[in-house]
Amino acid sequence: MSDVATDTHKLAKSFDATQFLTKYSTVLALLALVIFNLIFTKHFISVQTLNVNLTQVATIVIVGVGMTLVIATGGIDLSVGSMMAISGAIAPLIFLGTAVHISEIHLSVAVAMIVAVTTAGAFGWFNGWLITHFRIQPIIATLVLFIAGRGIAQVSTNGNLQPFKLGEFQWIGLGRWLGVPVQVVIMIALVAIAAWVLRRSLFGRQILAIGGNEQAARLSGIPVARVKRWVYCISGLCSGIAGLVVIAINSSSDANLVGLGMELDAIAAVAVGGTLLSGGRATVTGTLVGALIIQLVRYTLLSNGVPDDVAKLVKAALIVLAVWLQRQSRA
Amino acid sequence: MKKNSIIAALSSQGVLLALALLILFGWLRYDNFLGLFNISTVLRYNSMFALVALGMCFVIMTGGIDLSVGSTAALGSVVSALFSTQGMVVGTLVGVGAGLIVGILNGFLIVRLKILPFIATLATMLAANGTALLLAHDETVSVSYDGTFVNLGQGDFYNIPIPALIAVLAYAIGSVVLNFTSTGRSVLAIGGNEDASRMMGLPVNRVKFMVYVLSGGLSGLAGVILASQFGAGQPIEGVGWELFAIASVVVGGTLLTGGVGSVGATLAGVLLLGLIFNVLNFENGLGWISLSAYWQSVIRGLFLLFVVILQSRLTLRQKQA
Repeated sequence: MSDVATDTHKLAKSFDATQFLTKYSTVLALLALVIFNLIFTKHFISVQTLNVNLTQVATIVIVGVGMTLVIATGGIDLSVGSMMAISGAIAPLIFLGTAVHISEIHLSVAVAMIVAVTTAGAFGWFNGWLITHFRIQPIIATLVLFIAGRGIAQVSTNGNLQPFKLGEFQWIGLGRWLGVPVQVVIMIALVAIAAWVLRRSLFGRQILAIGGNEQAARLSGIPVARVKRWVYCISGLCSGIAGLVVIAINSSSDANLVGLGMELDAIAAVAVGGTLLSGGRATVTGTLVGALIIQLVRYTLLSNGVPDDVAKLVKAALIVLAVWLQRQSRA
Repeated sequence: MKKNSIIAALSSQGVLLALALLILFGWLRYDNFLGLFNISTVLRYNSMFALVALGMCFVIMTGGIDLSVGSTAALGSVVSALFSTQGMVVGTLVGVGAGLIVGILNGFLIVRLKILPFIATLATMLAANGTALLLAHDETVSVSYDGTFVNLGQGDFYNIPIPALIAVLAYAIGSVVLNFTSTGRSVLAIGGNEDASRMMGLPVNRVKFMVYVLSGGLSGLAGVILASQFGAGQPIEGVGWELFAIASVVVGGTLLTGGVGSVGATLAGVLLLGLIFNVLNFENGLGWISLSAYWQSVIRGLFLLFVVILQSRLTLRQKQA
């Protein structure tokens, strides 16, 4: 654990050669991928390609922002996919008038979004409460909601598909703002805020301190339990937003499918992005770059005629390679 | 260590007690709950999860985790289905072999490259899934009914389902290995304190490597049973098996931090989580209430919550005492 502690220490000095190198290598890999595609993939340089890829990663990155903060404290959140399903199930119940009827459509959509995201946040807070109050390991505490959460979403909709066609709501997944898809705008905003928080704010320093050495953080007076509860709550909120985006894109909410496997995609993005999985060192922009790398590799393979199954193998190799390289650079 | 073993004993007694209560409840409330058909159906189906959970139990006792078990089982089912025309023995061997290869890969990544178990097995989970889909051409692979292969999953031996026999045998061996061999004691020692074990000269790397290979092999075997029982190799089956296995292990009182564990209680944990579903079916059959199948995951989750809170209370009290 001592190397983790020194990592935090180095980070506190805000600049460090190895960290710079790690960061540089992921960005470099992304650049290499882009250049490869410019040469070999037809029609790569177009607004459409950019939008397709960004739209694909947006939900992963939105969830990944929360996951990065969780992992920075040395934890993990397996329940993100289930919380997406819960948020995705609740919102239509409100704006379709199944659960409560609000006649003014804009108000109805606003209430739906707020209630859905807040509920996901509350479940996230519940994760944090289990972890801090009962000292349950994060992987087990969030496993509870991983199993039960999707069930809650399914039970609340009776397992039925909720189809809808509602522009007032679907702008979150289908709309554009100055030509940029709205979910991409949300993604960038969240990444920017989280990156600032992690780097500059007291809360961010506390998160990293806890991940570096929880005991030391506690002894130095950091409110460990409160910070952790907030971090899991944020992860829930991010998942809630991502759930809304997914159902808006699909024009329907299917509790069996929304967010399925998302925990693994988000963790993979965080790991490839250079965040230390044992906590104490984290980069939100890295998570964005990590998600982009994974997506772009898949896009490159698919658009060059490689089957999706092989793309999975490559993704697996990519995760291992990235984590292994990070180990080497720290050694 | 001694305190921990008291906790483990309490938790494992707890799971046995809960299991006994649930069976008693079912016996009193429903006709045919303890009938031959129901028992054999429950055992036949849950034997797959039992095998996966056994491997997971050993991995967790060393302080690791194996997320790849579900896709490995799917891969095993596809490979064995492809070879099912060659009969039971060949089909089983190739299925288990596929699982062993994944296990060896896991062991290599974790022990040699020193990649965290969580992330290493996450990667092999993807890889096994991709390989299974490739081999199966994205479809389920029909199993040959001509040979002996389907007997493995569908056959009985004196009214006992063969998969259940395999699982019981595996657990018996697992229990003996854990309690009466030096390897078994090393597993617990490593989970208790890896650095100390290394300094004491225990073969830490070899044992860790072995538990992942074991977990891979057992997952492959579970896949063989899956293919033989349902007559098809299923590349997309096995989703969520890893978390079900982890839940069973935890419900059985094995601490996720490693160092403490019981093979028998893990089996009880598997049966308990499996029977919850069974009881729910019977309850619906009575017609008083109608709980959709979706409730089962909610109830399983609540049950897991109850157990982990109980465990943590006990642990905290032990620490304070």
